[in-house]
Order: sequence, then structure tokens, then C-alpha cells
Amino acid sequence: MSTRLARGGRLIDRARPVEYRFNGRRLTGFAGDTLASALLGSGQMLMGRSFKYHRPRGPVASGAEEPNALVNLGEGGRFEPNQRATTTELFEGLTATSQNHWPSLDYDVGAVNTALSRFLPAGFYYKTFMSPRPFWKHLYEPFIRKSAGLGKAPTQPDADRYEHFHHFCDVLVVGGGVAGLLAAREAGRAGARVLLMEQTAHWGGRAPVDGDRIDGQAAEDWVRHIVTELEAMENVQLRLRCMGAGVYDHGYALGYERLTDHLPGADGPRHRLWRIRAGRIVTATGAIERPLSFAGNDIPGVMLASAARDYAVNWGVSVGDRVLVVTNNDDAYRTALVLKEAGLDVPAVVDARPEGGGELARRAEAAGIRVLKGKAVAKAKGGKHVTGAVISSQAGEGAMLEEIACDAIAMSGGWSPVVHLWSHCGGKLSWDEAGAMFRPDPDLPPTGADGAGFVIAAGAANGHLMLGETLRDAAEAGARAVSELGATPASPGALPAAEAPEEAPLFPVWMMPQGAGHELRSKAWLDYQNDVKVSDVRLAAQEGYESVEHAKRYTTLGMATDQGKLSNINGLATLAQRLGTEIPKVGTTTFRPPYTPISFGAIAGEARGETFQPIRRTPIQDWHEARGAHFEPVGQWRRPYCYPQGGETHGQAVAREIDATRGSLGLLDASTLGKILVSGPDAPRFMDMLYTNMMSTLKPGKCRYGLMCSENGFLMDDGVVARIDEQTFLCHTTSGGADSVHAHMEEWLQTEWWDWKVHTANVTEQYAQIAVVGPNSRKVLEKLGGIDVSAESFRFMDWKEGVLGGVRTRLFRISFSGELSYELAVPASEGRAVWDALLGAGEEFGATPYGTEALHVMRAEKGFIMIGDETDGTVIPQDLGLDWAISKKKTDYIGKRAQMRSHMADPERWKLVGLETVDGSVLPDGAYAVAEGRNANGQRKVQGRVTSTYHSPTLGRGIAMGLVLHGPDRMGEVLDFPKVDGEVVQAKIVDQIFFDKDGEKQNV
Amino acid sequence: MLILTCPCCGVTAEETEFHGGGEAHLTRHGPDSDDDQFHDYLFMRENPRGVHFERWRHVYGCGKWFHAARDTVTLEVFGTYPAQTTEPPQHIREAISARRPGWSWRGLS
Amino acid sequence: MSEPVSALGGLRYEGFVRVEELPPRGMVTLRGDLGSEGLRRAVRDLTGLDVPDAGGVSQGAEHAVAWMSPDELLLLMPHAAAPEAVTQLQAALAGEHAMAVEVSDARAMFRLTGSGVREVVAKLAPVDMSRAAFRPGMIRRTRVAQVAAALWMPEEDCVELVCFRSVAAYVFGLLKVSAAKGGEVGAGY
Repeated sequence: MSTRLARGGRLIDRARPVEYRFNGRRLTGFAGDTLASALLGSGQMLMGRSFKYHRPRGPVASGAEEPNALVNLGEGGRFEPNQRATTTELFEGLTATSQNHWPSLDYDVGAVNTALSRFLPAGFYYKTFMSPRPFWKHLYEPFIRKSAGLGKAPTQPDADRYEHFHHFCDVLVVGGGVAGLLAAREAGRAGARVLLMEQTAHWGGRAPVDGDRIDGQAAEDWVRHIVTELEAMENVQLRLRCMGAGVYDHGYALGYERLTDHLPGADGPRHRLWRIRAGRIVTATGAIERPLSFAGNDIPGVMLASAARDYAVNWGVSVGDRVLVVTNNDDAYRTALVLKEAGLDVPAVVDARPEGGGELARRAEAAGIRVLKGKAVAKAKGGKHVTGAVISSQAGEGAMLEEIACDAIAMSGGWSPVVHLWSHCGGKLSWDEAGAMFRPDPDLPPTGADGAGFVIAAGAANGHLMLGETLRDAAEAGARAVSELGATPASPGALPAAEAPEEAPLFPVWMMPQGAGHELRSKAWLDYQNDVKVSDVRLAAQEGYESVEHAKRYTTLGMATDQGKLSNINGLATLAQRLGTEIPKVGTTTFRPPYTPISFGAIAGEARGETFQPIRRTPIQDWHEARGAHFEPVGQWRRPYCYPQGGETHGQAVAREIDATRGSLGLLDASTLGKILVSGPDAPRFMDMLYTNMMSTLKPGKCRYGLMCSENGFLMDDGVVARIDEQTFLCHTTSGGADSVHAHMEEWLQTEWWDWKVHTANVTEQYAQIAVVGPNSRKVLEKLGGIDVSAESFRFMDWKEGVLGGVRTRLFRISFSGELSYELAVPASEGRAVWDALLGAGEEFGATPYGTEALHVMRAEKGFIMIGDETDGTVIPQDLGLDWAISKKKTDYIGKRAQMRSHMADPERWKLVGLETVDGSVLPDGAYAVAEGRNANGQRKVQGRVTSTYHSPTLGRGIAMGLVLHGPDRMGEVLDFPKVDGEVVQAKIVDQIFFDKDGEKQNV
Repeated sequence: MLILTCPCCGVTAEETEFHGGGEAHLTRHGPDSDDDQFHDYLFMRENPRGVHFERWRHVYGCGKWFHAARDTVTLEVFGTYPAQTTEPPQHIREAISARRPGWSWRGLS
Repeated sequence: MSEPVSALGGLRYEGFVRVEELPPRGMVTLRGDLGSEGLRRAVRDLTGLDVPDAGGVSQGAEHAVAWMSPDELLLLMPHAAAPEAVTQLQAALAGEHAMAVEVSDARAMFRLTGSGVREVVAKLAPVDMSRAAFRPGMIRRTRVAQVAAALWMPEEDCVELVCFRSVAAYVFGLLKVSAAKGGEVGAGY
């Protein structure tokens, strides 16, 4: 049983008890505890259930690599699943619940899976749920969905705020252990801009726990001094609780800073994502201890030797009264010594090495600890906690030599350098046979924009596990980083002197005992969270999954939230052994960022709520909102769709707006229309290239409707062009097209016709633009006064500049509705005032603001096309019967050559026509007209489709436009348009101009 | 995420401030071209493993187009230069040769 | 003529820096050959300021001249002066290929003041805002979160930021979130 020791715990403050809740139970820990250390201190070893078999699980580690102790943390808007108890700092009022069990952590029905485990081997899901097919949808999928997933998804919006921070530095040092601190000091002394980040709340990493000495001081004191020195350097930034999450191209790195996880409700953002550009990145990320693969190695109480040591030294917690240590290297003896010193019983150190260990082993023996050489744990015994261990010889198959009673087992299978950040962006690894580990290959680092390596691994992360080597390597890494950036490293001071015992070589152990049979192998866990055992990986190999990436996906090894931090190397070794090859030949799976999971909030940063995305607002937007408009998105704009009044439906509102406009006076906020100035001596020539029409012949003071195609020939945008003067044109574009059309112009000017003298300027937002539409539009403008709008002096397609109602105005007489109509452009800063003035002056005419739907219906009644309705990126102007707008005289325009291609000139291309339903109903949008016969896929042949369809209040019936095979030659023919429900709507091919064909209404 | 230096305004910025524009140094073929020429101009693009010439626009900056010579595998950037040219300038070619002796691209080397 | 209004009517926010939308400012985009003597003289005559070097901004009492691209300047002036400035520039540059356009109302302008202004910007823009990299007298066109912006520092502890008028509310929201108390980074900027 785990418990709090009477003394010790370098990180806790026993004077500050902290109350928290676990599964509803009120418990107490100390300030400085992690949730895991507090729970262990409260005697709670069982913290969760595994994913597949619902096995009872306790913590196996003490840090970021923990696979088992995942909890639901917090409540309401701060609820978060799958939080590692080992990295969760305890705070007053913390609430956690355990996951993946029903009805309770202690008694879990799902644990029946473990009894069935021999029927649930690797690839079980693939094998079992394949057939019969209908079973998938109705039986398997619901079952899997119900049983899948560890934690629960939050149900409430996140209560916290998050942010990004863009930071630039010369040297980023990831990892605040002794290696990172020393590397940062070297770089800092050379004057480089340094950012040093440490994922935990404490500097120093493992050194203070290991009890070694540096420069004659306890490691902890040395750490304190160097941190003080670094803090005094203005060019060095230090960040605790900030994890190096990922390394990307060209020196880009992400830091994940947890600001208030331990202070919930505090002012300020919860997480900050540091988006860093660094000249060099030093990864001083340490190493992670590996578990040993023996039967029962997942029983609560079996944990890493380093973790057992951390709990005792850092938090004054004993993981058991009688702790058996099993190892293949010297480091685990430190744990035996620490526990013994804490007054706990260490019944034995089981050392797999026939020759045993070095200096540390001798110290253990001197302390009275029994050391068994060449021995193995054949099997851990126990259910919800360890009760003992069966000892065998490591060389054999597991025959029992003796049984040792114990309530915890501290295991060490050696150490794996944390090479994740080195590998994220392509750094390669080499296999170190002696250390039985992958370490960064210094000749193959990830390379940056200049082709040079930009990541330097340092210390244990570089495979230098002994303290002396770690310090030397780290100092070199820091100096190398600055010298590669062209700075001069500070004169090398004396390297800190390490005092640490000599260690005997490790002996690789991938299965314990090495000859264990299937029975034991099927109880030896590799991946704790996903329940992958040695037997599963062997089965995968046997079934032909020879590639490590395939075996990973087949068995799910390393695919849990811990991403195989503990299991990968043991899994690879198992696979290699089964395949009869060497570990480096099998290789590793891909290391992908982030190093440990980071919050969605941190990724989103400021992009939440009102700042989720930019919403563009016109100068008249406030009025639309106050009027209760129903909005529709048009690009990033929100345009009024209609303005419902009283209990009106949208359809009723649209009809009212159209009637009012056609009957008297309507107003439309057209500010979103693109407005681009094209100016210069070569502007006429350029305009002729941009538009299919001849624009160079347009007279100043006149407007012309124009079409713009891409070089592919497809219709891209349309709008009215006004010629301002000989050298200047004002191009109106669609609302969604302003930016892309401007970019299109600049692209051609800069990259093809760079010798042409033309300037462009996107002046879209300089103006509020208002369409004044209807039989009384002239009258309302006359009331405002200042510009002569008489029929004689201001004709259709004229434009004028002047002062209208006291405001500088550019007035266009153009119409998209078929009515007498004007558009006025005024400075945006006065747009709202002009809108109000028009409403006021128009009151006597019943001035009615109308939205985009009324605009659409009215243009469709007149047979005008709309970009995005009649076009979809595959339509050319000729398809739409717009040949009149395509100049035959011009030798070239953008898209002309493409329109000459055989497919574009094909008479079989569908052409635009009007469609009138026989029964007056409204055709479904996008419906297809069917033809006789079936195509090669057995589908009904089609001969046309609907591009726009509306109810016309003016005509009192459904009207539509569509593209139809030989359409213009088939006037009067009736086509069948099946609806989704199979019902067929019949529509007659008609002229697309439904209303006022002769244009009498606008020509007044 | 790449960093590029815009040769037009001198700003070194991350990729999010730029917009990629595909292969550089295409020759436009207009109405007097034959079908094959036009087809190649419109559709055929290099997709090399290694040295490549690309168009980029400094869309969140000075708005100018420029060209970048880049390795598509290692992402090494050999240099950037203004777009008002029909082929890479000599100093860019030399910079590539220094790093990738024997390179070739669409008949350039 | 009605009183011109800015996009947000001068909204303010007090966080660990102050964020305020500035009243309408006169702005003219001038495109042309920035090296031509005629253009440089026209700018000097109008604003009393020299054309800045690439990436720079020249500032006077009422005017400023910002370098936007190799062939584009942004001239800042009192709001009411912009229409006349365009006329004056067009007359002065009649002989050369240049374009002067009023863009006052196409923009919104914000001022940030306080010792944390560099950090607030660095939360939103992928720009090195440290003192070593960005100083008064420089202009940077970049993005803030998802929209284009240009920014400069009239003096230390002060940033002026220009964006398109339509996204003023979005940008104000970004600045508010980034300047909210408790969000001080302490990055040594």
C-alpha cells in the first residue's frame, strides 16, 4: 500500500495541506504535489482502467510518459478528459474522476474483456467485424462506439481563454534539466537571444533526485545557482510549465505553456502557444526509463524504478512497504538505496545481468540489500495490487526459483533518449548497441532554410546518460549553437565537475525471462494504455506485418495518448526478435508532434467566439442589425438576406421588398461590391486583356458591363466598368471577388506585362455604395439634390461625380433589377448618414430596404446571370449566351485561347435558357433534367441542370434558369426534373428574360 | 512552415504571410499558339524531387510577386529574386550549383 | 456634408495596454516611381516629409509617410485634407506615371499605448516585436490573426495599427483579447 512518508519530499510544503476530490472522495495532499503523488500519498494506487481489457491500473511513471493514470479533470466549463495525474499539479479544490469503467473504478463490468483476452488478439477488430456487412452498421459500430474512448467529452464551452505568442530567438533550449541549463548558459554568455523552456514546474530535471553532485555541491544547489545566473541575463528568457511541443521546418517550434492549470480561475490565459523561430534548437529533453516485459508487469504497484524514486524523493511518498527492484542496469540501484534510506524494505534487487552491477550495486549490498544476479521476475502476482513476484533465471523459460513477497515492484529496462523533437522535422537516429537505445545521428540532423542542421541534441537526449558526459555534451551543444550562428562562444570556463558513481554496462532485456513461453508473453504488457502485449506483436509479425508502421497500426502499439513513450523500443525489439532481424533494421515509427497532447484551446488561440473569424461589416451594418435583418454569408461579409417585419416569413419579406421596389422605391446596401481602380497610360490596353469585352473604346463618363475570364477560359467575375478618364477605369466586381480580382490584376501586371504602365488600387472599402431602385428612384435623388439626374442629361449607363445632398458622390445609372435605378458611392465615413438621408427623403415613396434575396429574384426575373449560380468554374461566357459581351475584334484577352480549344467550342456544351414550371411551382435548386437511357455506370442520362430558381412574386410563379443541351434551339420543349423524393417536376424551356423584355421600365 | 525573404521589400517572414503561385518561368501562349503549345503552357508542370523554381506572392506584405529557388525535398532555399525575369539570374544559379552540383531543371543547369 | 465617422466610433479598451480606435484620419495611396525626383518633391511639398527608405515611416506633426511597397506610399494627414491632397498630387505628378487615390475611409486605425504593446502585437502577428528587431521609424505590413494590417511605433510604448475598415470590429476584438489583464507575457520585449 502506498503512503506518505513521515519525512522527505523536496517539492512539497507540508505546512500547506491541499484538499481535493477523487471520485467524490475528499482527500488531502500538500502544495507541490502532483495529483498522482497526492493520490499515492492517500493510499490510492488504483487510478484507472485500461482501454481494451479494462484492467485495473496504477501509475507506472511519474511524468509526461505516464500511460495509465489518466483522469477526467475539473467540472463544467473546465472539464477535461484524459489528463495525466502525473503532470497535473495539485491545487485546492481539484476534482478528478477516474475513466473507462462501469459502475466503479473498483468493480468494472468491462473487465470481463480480460478474461476473454485470448479471443481478443492483435487485429481482433479487423478480423471479427469484417462481415457480414450489415452487422457493421447495426451491431458492431454501436458496440464499438459505446465501449471506445477513455474519458468523456466535455459538454460545456471552455471557460478559459487562450493565446498565441510569436517569439524569435537565436537559441531555443528545450528542457530545463542540468543539460538544458548548462547549454542555455553557454549560449547566454555568448550574448545570444536564448529561450529556455521546461515542461514541469521545476528546474533541474532528474539530477537532484539522483543524488549526484556537481562542482562539489548537491545537484539541487548547483541548479539553484545556475538558474539565478540565467535569470540575471537580459538576453535569456526562462519559462517553466512550458513544453517544447514540436519542431518544424526552418527552425519553427511550438512551446505549450500552461499558465493557470494549477491556478484555475486566475486572471489571464490558461494556455499560451509559443510560436517560435529559432536559429538553433538545443533539445535537452532527457531520457525516459523503459519498463521490463514480464508477466503481470501491468498490475498496480509495478512501476518504473525512476518513478518509485521520484515519488519518495520529490514528494515523500512510498509506493509500497516492500519494494522489489528488478533491473538490467545500475541506475535502478539508486531507487533501492533511496527506499532503503527512507526506512522501507527492499527484499531484493533482481538484476538480469549475470555479472551484476558496479559501484551502486556494491553500495546496495553494503546497505544490506540482497542482490540476485542473472535473475528475472518471471511473473508479478496480484490482482488490483502486487502481492509478490516469482523469481526465475533470466536465461531460462521461467521456472520458479523462489517467490518473493512484495507490494510494489520497481523495474528498469534501461533508458531511451527523448529523441522526439530531434525527429519531428526529419532528424535521423542511429542504434547504439551498447546502450540498447536509439540516439540522434549527429550527421543527419533536420536541416533549415540554409541547408544546415538546426537541431542539436544535448545530454541524455543525445544518448549521454552519465552525469559527467551529460554536462560536457550540453556545454558543447550550447557553444556549438552560438558559433554556428556566427557568434563567438564565451571563453570556455571549466566544465562543471560531476561526482557520480561509475556504472557497469547495461544488458539488453526485451523479454523477462528471455525464454518465456506464450503463457507468460500473453501477460507481459508493452503498451499499457492500449493493452498491447508481447504476444500481440509476435502475432502481428507471424501474420506478415513486417513493417513497423504496419505492425503498429495492426496492434495499436504506441497509438494511445502517450504515443508509445514507454512501449515503442520494447515493441520494436520484440518485433525484431520475432522477425529474426536487428532492431535498427526494423527502425522506429514516425515521431510526430506534439510531444504530449496539447489543448485545442491553445491551438485555437484567440480564434474563438467573436474572433473566431473575421466578419466584414459595411458602414451600414449597424442599421441592418438594428432593423432585425436576416443575414447570409457572402464571402466574409454578412449581407442582409431580407428584413422580416412583424411575423413575416422570409419568403413574405422578400416578396414585400420586391413589390415595393418594383412598385415605388427600394434601397440596397451594395457596399460589398468590389471597386478597383486601374490607371495609367497602358490601362486601356490592360483592360482589353482583362475583360472579354472591348473596354478601350468605352468613353469617359460611361459604364459598360464586362466579363472577366481566367486563362482557362472560364468565367471568373463580372461587373460594371466605369471609365473615369482617358487613363483610368473603375472596375466593379462581385462582392466575393474583389480581393481575388485585384490579385488577378496584380499578378498579370507584375509577372507577365511588367513593362506596361498600369497601377491598380483596391478601393472597395473607401466607399459605401447604395442602390436606389424603382420608379421613384429619380425623384428621391432629386429631393437630395446637387446632381442633375434628369432622363435627358443622365442616361442609362452614364456615371457622374458631384455633391449629392451635401456629400461627395459618384453616381452610376445602372440597373440589376430592370428598374429605373442608380448606384451611389459615397465616402464610407458618411455612408450611414447618406443611407439615413435616403430613407428620410424616400419616406413619402415608401422607401423599402431590400436584401440579397430580393436582389437575386429581381435579377433572375430579368435573366441576368449571377457569378456562383450560373457559373461554377466550368462555365464559359459562351455557355451563358453572353457572346455579345465577347469582342470579336480583339486578337487576345485572358481566356481567349482557351475558349478556342475543341472542348470549349463543342456545340454539345449545355447552354443557358429560362425554365418555367408547368404547374407554376419552384424547381429544386441544382435539379437535373433527365434524358432517355442510362450511362456506362447505369445512371440515368441527364441533359441539363437548374442554376437559379426562385418564386417570382412579380409573375406569381416559379422561374428558373438552367444549362440545357442545345437549350436555345429547343424553346417550348418540356423537360423532366426528378426531385430527391422521386417526384418529377416538369418545366418548359423559355427565354431567360421573364419580365419586361423590352426594358421599358429602366428606360424612362 | 517555411521562412522566405521577399526580394522586393527585404522582409523575412513566415510562410503564412506569403501565397504560393506554382511553377515559375512559364511562357504565356496566346491565341496564335497551336494546341500542343497551349496545352503545355496551361497544364504541364514540373514536379521535381530537388531543385525547383516557384512563384510566391508577399500577400500580407508588400503585395509583390517574386520567385524562389528551393529544394522540394530538404526545403532548403537557395535564393529569392524578383518576378520580372524570364529565367533565374546568374547569382541564383551559382548558389544552387554550390549546393547541388549538376542540378538541372527544364533545360536550365 | 455630414460629420465623418470612424468604423467603431472611437471604441476604447483598458487592458494591460490601452487600445483605442482613432478618429478618421486622412490617407492617400500614392503609387509610382519612389525614386523619381518629381514624386519625392510632390510628397515633400504636401507633407513636409521625405520619402522614407524601404520599410520605413517618416513622421511629422500632422503628416506621416509610410513605405508600403517598392512602388507605393501611404500618406497620412488630417481627414479633411485628403481630397485636396489627391488633387494636389495629381497636378504635381501629371507628367509621370503615378496614381494618387484617397483611401481614408477604407481603413480603421488603432493606437495601443503602454509598456506591453510589443507583446500584444506579438500575440497576433508573426513578427519579431523585440526592441532589437522592431523600432520606431519602421513599418511592418503583416497579418494580425486572419487579416492584413500595417503597424508602426510613433514612439516607444506606442503602436499604431491600420487595417481595413470592414474588419475593424474583428481587429478590435483581437486587440482586446490580447491586451486583457493577466495576459502579460514578460518576454523581455
